[in-house]
Amino acid sequence: MKPVFMTYTKKDIINLAICMVLSVLIIPTFIKTEYWYTSILIPWLCLALATIGQQIVMGYTGQLALGAAGFMAAGAFAMFNLILRVPDLGFVGSLIMSGLIAAAFGILFGLPSLKVRGIYLMVATLASQFFIIWMIDKFGWFKNYDSSGIITAQDIVILGKPFTTPLAMYFVCLAVTTVLTLLAMNMARGSTGRNWMAVRDMDIAAESMGVSLLRTKVQAFAISAFYCGVAGALFAFCYLKSLEPVAFDIKLSFKILFMCILGGLGTINGAFIGAAFILLFPVLLNAIGNNVFHGAIDATIISSIEQVIFGGLMIIFMIYEPLGMAKLWENIKQKWKTKFPSINLKNLKSSLSKKS
Amino acid sequence: MVEELLFFMEVLVGGLLAGTMYSLVALGFVLIFKASATFNFSQGAMVFFSVLAFCGFMQDFNIPFVLAFILAALLMVVVGLCTERFVLRPLMNASEDTVLMATIGLGYVLEGLAQAAWGVEVRRLDLGIGDFPVPWIADNLKLFISALDITAGVVAAIMIIGLFLLFKYTKIGLGLRAVADDAGAASSIGIPLKHIMLLVWSAAGVVALVAGCMWGARAGVQFALVDLALKALPVLIIGGFSSIPGAIIGGLIIGAVEKVLEVYIGPFFGGAIEGWAPYVLAIFFLLYRPEGLFGEKIIRRV
Amino acid sequence: MAQERKFKIGKPILEVNNISLSFGGVKAITDTSFNVLEHEVRAIIGPNGAGKSSMLNCINGIYKPQQGTVSFRGQQIPNITPNIMAQMGLSRTFQNLALFKRMSVLDNILVGRKLHTKTNFLEVALQLPKVKKEEKLNRERSEEIISFLEIEDIKDTPVGKLPYGLQKKVELGRALATDSTIILLDEPMAGMNVEEKRDMCRFILKVNDELGTTMVLIEHDMGVVMDISDRVVVLDYGKVIGDGTPDEVRSNQKVIDAYLGVEH
Repeated sequence: MKPVFMTYTKKDIINLAICMVLSVLIIPTFIKTEYWYTSILIPWLCLALATIGQQIVMGYTGQLALGAAGFMAAGAFAMFNLILRVPDLGFVGSLIMSGLIAAAFGILFGLPSLKVRGIYLMVATLASQFFIIWMIDKFGWFKNYDSSGIITAQDIVILGKPFTTPLAMYFVCLAVTTVLTLLAMNMARGSTGRNWMAVRDMDIAAESMGVSLLRTKVQAFAISAFYCGVAGALFAFCYLKSLEPVAFDIKLSFKILFMCILGGLGTINGAFIGAAFILLFPVLLNAIGNNVFHGAIDATIISSIEQVIFGGLMIIFMIYEPLGMAKLWENIKQKWKTKFPSINLKNLKSSLSKKS
Repeated sequence: MVEELLFFMEVLVGGLLAGTMYSLVALGFVLIFKASATFNFSQGAMVFFSVLAFCGFMQDFNIPFVLAFILAALLMVVVGLCTERFVLRPLMNASEDTVLMATIGLGYVLEGLAQAAWGVEVRRLDLGIGDFPVPWIADNLKLFISALDITAGVVAAIMIIGLFLLFKYTKIGLGLRAVADDAGAASSIGIPLKHIMLLVWSAAGVVALVAGCMWGARAGVQFALVDLALKALPVLIIGGFSSIPGAIIGGLIIGAVEKVLEVYIGPFFGGAIEGWAPYVLAIFFLLYRPEGLFGEKIIRRV
Repeated sequence: MAQERKFKIGKPILEVNNISLSFGGVKAITDTSFNVLEHEVRAIIGPNGAGKSSMLNCINGIYKPQQGTVSFRGQQIPNITPNIMAQMGLSRTFQNLALFKRMSVLDNILVGRKLHTKTNFLEVALQLPKVKKEEKLNRERSEEIISFLEIEDIKDTPVGKLPYGLQKKVELGRALATDSTIILLDEPMAGMNVEEKRDMCRFILKVNDELGTTMVLIEHDMGVVMDISDRVVVLDYGKVIGDGTPDEVRSNQKVIDAYLGVEH
């Protein structure tokens, strides 16, 4: 299909419009329970954003990194300190700065990717995870010398207006996520994304075409960490409403890795699908536990079962569809189209025009 | 001066012996990597799974120590069997990274299963060996070294010698080395690939159980063991993924370095640097000697 | 090649001087020198393991030879990397296909336009007008190459799904997209049937003829090589045993002994 606007085809624009109408008009009109905003939609948007970060470095550039939560922590605590110490920067300014600070860490810990790959790189990125969390934990300055261990996040104020209700925070997250998702798509579909994927698929050939491995990898790590940093700041300020290093431990990094892989490596919408699945599945499982078994199953057992299922799904996807749910969805659509070609709108139109 | 030196020795020896525990986890990793070129990320989960089952057999079913150990070992053989059949065999032709991801999934499955079956609370594991200084050494050498550390060191030594003999002098070992060299060629001359895989995974499972017992006796049998076992990764990078002596030396280096750093440099930064020091050490190795101390140099052919 | 060429063969553009390369004691190339003239089609031939591919990898900076130098337009290049060579105007294909498997044919060829892409990631993210302009130009050039190679019908297919012969073509396309002055082709016709080979030869000659691109190719099929190249260098056990026009090489006794004698 020919692009009609920038790199977007007609179908993309329709999809985008549907998403926007759904998220801006329909959801706020029909969903009134706070629970949906505070426990599902807000964390979903934040984690999807972090997963896009993971996608850029892992799905697009093919670098096995496992430290998303560390960069999220860097972003979250940078945000806290910027609002505290540089109030003139404002919310949006602080958010961008937090992302840039996380990006600096991304560059530093992305450097080993120039030498190593695969599990070797994974171990190197684990260093960033443990080091960043430790640094925040041990240097009181980052936490403004708060001794309780958990600091309350400041209220979000944009242009003098407070954004403190769940709905308002949802809109903040939605706006940031939408803008950054569009930018990510532009990069992924443009020359930037082609360089990433060239490095992923065959680095030596990419280099022979003039793609600099150094620049491309470091760039991917920086952008990835930027996305994670912004996501971490939103995660702390809109979802947790508090800051503690423990919230960004290795488990969260694994969670984001799962979102990225199960959702579909190398796709932006996979990030949203994966994040939704990993977030919603436990909710569903708990609901089954409560309603079908009436609480007869212990909550810890339910969370263990959830872990078994996530792990099992990971294995199954690796065996049958390493490109995750996004690809699975594509395949289903493809099968549907070949099975019922008449449903395809384009064929329908052309057959109609032939008749007349 | 003498006291300072003694204190340093104490820290060093304590670190070295604690390092053998990392070596034990790393050993399981190396076994599988040697035989199938698979990075088994679930080795840490296997440690947790096996020792939790062992505790469960003893504490929930009152099965005597030795029998419970044998049962847990058998359970690990079953885990190996299932892994070979349901995870590795379907992924025979998949890329390295795909298999690595699958083993991360496998780790999740094992952790979840263990907790679903045996609960999430911390269990005490009493091996009858105290985690306190041995009086004899304390009196004669003026060094305070834990009996558990010494036991771990001895157990690690026995396992290494055992595995070494197995590899060097048995038919199975020969087959394994052939498979490690070229799986396709080995199977074409009639070496039963499946049996060897099964054997290796079982051996790795038993090694995990032993490592788990050592760690469990020190820190309690709990989920945190999985994170501790992650430190086997920097050990492997330092020692080289395919070398059994590498796993041992790497473990010793990590154990010693993290203890010495923690004691002498940690206090300036508020401590707990052992949480990341091994990983940063690993990064330095990656930058200057990516193949590790004992690994084979990787030449990429174009 | 009787008719007059648009681009006359000129001065040496690429010179390989006394290159020696060994892998952990195993000698792949020993003290090898030859040159490539501007606008010519130059072939490197030799039996298996003669060090042909290693030679290309040295020229393009993937392998670092222990000894010897490579000069481009009379200038010695001190620190060769694939990237530097690409920027100097040298592009290549690989023996064992090095395409970007999960990307479409068009995207693969577009990567070849990398050096003609000057916009940075921020400009791309914001889709500034100059990004769109540049992307349009790159796409037009890529489409040109696609229709030149007659692969329009597969341009949106991921290359991993294509048969071998077509992948070879895409790889040639990617090298062409760089608009390099010199292209190294590592066995461009390996594994092809007669018809595909004839097609490939046609493309190589057409590129050389119309654009004046200097072509250096490694090939196994002697007949093909003799037909299309201006000059041939013969390697055996990492040494040059013959160098000259196809006719000179054909009558060289050493070459006959080493290679033609055991023609396969």
